Amino acid sequence: MSTKMNFSSKLYLGLVYFFLYAPIIVLVIFSFNASSSTSVISGFSFKWYSELFNDADTMNAIKNTLLIAIVSSVFATVLGTAAAVGIDRIKSKYVRSAIMNTTNIPMMNPEIVTGISLLLLFVFGAKLMGMKSVLGLQTLIIAHITFVLPYVILSVLPKLRQMDRHLSEAAMDLGCTPVKSFFKVVLPSIMPGILTGFIMAFTLSLDDFVISYFVSGPEWQTLPIRLFSMTKKRVKPDMYALSTLIFFAILVLLMLINFMQARGEKKKEKDR
Amino acid sequence: MQKKTLSAKLLASPHIVWSVLFIIAPLIMVAYYSFTNADGNFTLENIKALSDYKEVFLNSIWYGILATIICLVVAYPTAYFIARSKLRVQSTMIMLVMLPMWTSLLVRTYSIMSLIENTGIINTFLEKIGIGPLQMINTPGAVVLGMVYDFLPFMILPIYSVLTKLDNKLVEAAHDLGASKVTVLAKVILPLSRSGILSGITMVFVPSVSTFYISQKLGGGNFALVGEVIEGQFVTSNNFNLGAALSLVLMVLILICMAIMNHFSGDEEESGGGLMP
Amino acid sequence: MKKFASLLLALIVMLSFSVVAFAETSPLTDEELQAKYKELAGTSINVYNWGEYISDGSEGAMNVNEEFEKLTGIKVNYTTYDTNEAMYTKLKSGGAAYDIVIPSDYMIQRLINEGYLQKINFENIPNYKNIMDEYKDLYFDPQNEYSVPYNVGMVGVIYNKTMVKDPEKSWSLMWDKEYKGQILQFNNPRDGFATAMFMLGIDVNTQDEAEWQKAYRMLIEQKGVVQSYVSDEIFNKMESGSAAISSYYAGDYLLMKDNNPDLEFFYPEEGTNIFVDSICIPKSSQNKEAAELYINFLLSEEVALANAEYLYYATPNKTVIENEDYSLRDNEILYPQKEDMPKTQYYHNLDQETLGLMTTLWSELKIEGTSNTAVYIKLGTVAFIGLVAIIFNTVKKKKREKLYDV
Repeated sequence: MSTKMNFSSKLYLGLVYFFLYAPIIVLVIFSFNASSSTSVISGFSFKWYSELFNDADTMNAIKNTLLIAIVSSVFATVLGTAAAVGIDRIKSKYVRSAIMNTTNIPMMNPEIVTGISLLLLFVFGAKLMGMKSVLGLQTLIIAHITFVLPYVILSVLPKLRQMDRHLSEAAMDLGCTPVKSFFKVVLPSIMPGILTGFIMAFTLSLDDFVISYFVSGPEWQTLPIRLFSMTKKRVKPDMYALSTLIFFAILVLLMLINFMQARGEKKKEKDR
Repeated sequence: MQKKTLSAKLLASPHIVWSVLFIIAPLIMVAYYSFTNADGNFTLENIKALSDYKEVFLNSIWYGILATIICLVVAYPTAYFIARSKLRVQSTMIMLVMLPMWTSLLVRTYSIMSLIENTGIINTFLEKIGIGPLQMINTPGAVVLGMVYDFLPFMILPIYSVLTKLDNKLVEAAHDLGASKVTVLAKVILPLSRSGILSGITMVFVPSVSTFYISQKLGGGNFALVGEVIEGQFVTSNNFNLGAALSLVLMVLILICMAIMNHFSGDEEESGGGLMP
Repeated sequence: MKKFASLLLALIVMLSFSVVAFAETSPLTDEELQAKYKELAGTSINVYNWGEYISDGSEGAMNVNEEFEKLTGIKVNYTTYDTNEAMYTKLKSGGAAYDIVIPSDYMIQRLINEGYLQKINFENIPNYKNIMDEYKDLYFDPQNEYSVPYNVGMVGVIYNKTMVKDPEKSWSLMWDKEYKGQILQFNNPRDGFATAMFMLGIDVNTQDEAEWQKAYRMLIEQKGVVQSYVSDEIFNKMESGSAAISSYYAGDYLLMKDNNPDLEFFYPEEGTNIFVDSICIPKSSQNKEAAELYINFLLSEEVALANAEYLYYATPNKTVIENEDYSLRDNEILYPQKEDMPKTQYYHNLDQETLGLMTTLWSELKIEGTSNTAVYIKLGTVAFIGLVAIIFNTVKKKKREKLYDV
């Protein structure tokens, strides 16, 4: 349903993006602050960027955070998509809503409740298995999968509802195996839902502090834990510099992808 | 056919196992703490103590509803316009919606505070053009603003994903039958995107009731939200029992709200009878 | 003869006493330390500290953990927390083994009482002699068995001199109606209540409900003039001049002053809170000896100096204060002269009941002023609209069903 946008819709989108990006602009400005303040500007400097690159602890935390976010969002996307397909087929309204409500529980609880109850569960489980020091990468990943899962399912389900049931049946009538019909017919049509679910899962995992705090061990500090525990003293602009860098790196990446796609399209047109 | 449905249903089983292990089991723990005291004996004291917190619960739900409605109103046109833009830029635009969330919540919150502070950027500007400083921070409005800012992408994305590849023929058919643009929107597009709207509402309303960081900072800590109160019970007074009871009640309240909302969705397989008549 | 005997006895007693004392605390010599380093190289310790609470190499400062690794070959796994209570929950759960934690005074009292700490072997910490006597024998560890002081601090009142003219040195400044809407209060119950209690002359460690209620009424009164209840965002608000008056830790005031020279500070005459964050070894420690070497390292002059310069908190380490290179040694806020020293009081661990009372009163303080009826009306309206919509929906559906039937 892509058509040309008129001026008013462009203006509207512009305003929404401005709302989303106004704070980002502010933080970019403060990342170049000469002093350690994040509220008073006292000159231009790159010093927080060099600070950032010399900070081995932060670099290590970034590595951990990315690893956990990628692993848990990929896993949650696969698990959640499969679950959504299954839930969609369940005829009984009550069973379906029971599963959905259970899925949503990590979203309903304040994060601290999810965090502490998972912590107690992990410790309990470790005792049963006779393990010591259970907290670490594995518990972080399990916890992250658990709390991002509802977002994936909630993204995929609407696409399944929207899909024409008869399509996959038709494919099977034409000789497709169920597996083949799933990959050839169902999967492509729910792809936008899977992608948005994945993006949300990744985002949430990236920025989680409270749950991660309680389930992390002495060797796996993530960036949000590092950042939030600075708040007793102060958060210095090097953290702003980090956000700025991440932001521009992704922006450049997006533009590149966009550019490549545009070239690809043109080429296709030429080939025709 | 029967066999196919069964095997498809089986796809949900890993998720069900996962839920039992990491959602139900902790939930049982929460329930256990709710009905016991510090010594582990059964008690209803925690549940009784909840009456002190009626207003906190109601306030949080009210703010949650408000934030959800605003998110929906802002997000629907956004998603609609994105879905109507050129295919090639759509994915970029969606990524741009999410990208602000990739900077830390803490840093984002500080930035919003710099903007709406009494001596902040917006007020400095307003003063220059003579509209005088406005009290923005530390108001209920700022609390809702914080929630909307934090959750808007979670409303835009699911609505976008159902609007994209929406069957264009239906829209065209409606146009051909003489329906005006508004009628098409209200009678065709809105009902067809209902499942996306419902997902969006769930993803905004449910977490917004228990959130507190961004809204606490913007509200100046003047408003007690339930997320903050529960955190206080767990952390400050180390009273897991009362904290667990509070969050159990919160869960029940949210479930009730969701049940009411789900009533609107009715039998989802049928079209019509939608969210908006 | 008698005299001689008693003299001899005294001598013997003294000698034996000193021998015992010597045997008890004979600290390791440098060579012995080196041997220990060699022995433990390749192992690792888990250090659990407050965020931003160690000199970490930024802005040209010493990177303490890296230096320790270089010196000893013991790997440091360093993680951070943001409150005593969050650390306590983690430690109590037993899910992970930590070798070093650095809680505050009242939390150490609780951890000792509940048996989560173990006694430190001071033989491995020859640098303990650097600790000033006034920070030994503290109430939470009277025998100096479990903790080694790391940092000291006091709470005071910060004000912006362009907005507040020559205030009296009293907590009452934070209740002054003249500065309505420009006052920041702590957003954590313990420190928040303490401001009211010091002002009223109540013991901050009282377990008497009536006294807490009295302080609570004081805070309710204050709510009308308070702009916001803050924690970390206090830096931004004070530096940018969004608020005129607040109360915070002295060391952090010095950090703020770097960015806004208009900020001034005083210790209220009614008295104020003093805290000590001390280094402890949890029972769950897997590498106690290496942890003790780490403590010893933190107490060495060079490292303690780097930390004191970086953190801006007062140090309990006398070699630092005596060091002429220490830029803050003459700072009268961190190290007031004897006659300027305010009345101070440590927090003690409160019992469960008082903690519960405090938390409840604190949430009541936050709710205070928000109208209950307004919320009922709002939610009632929403429920009514919902009900109407449901009825409307059902009617419509029935109608349609009828239509199909025909």
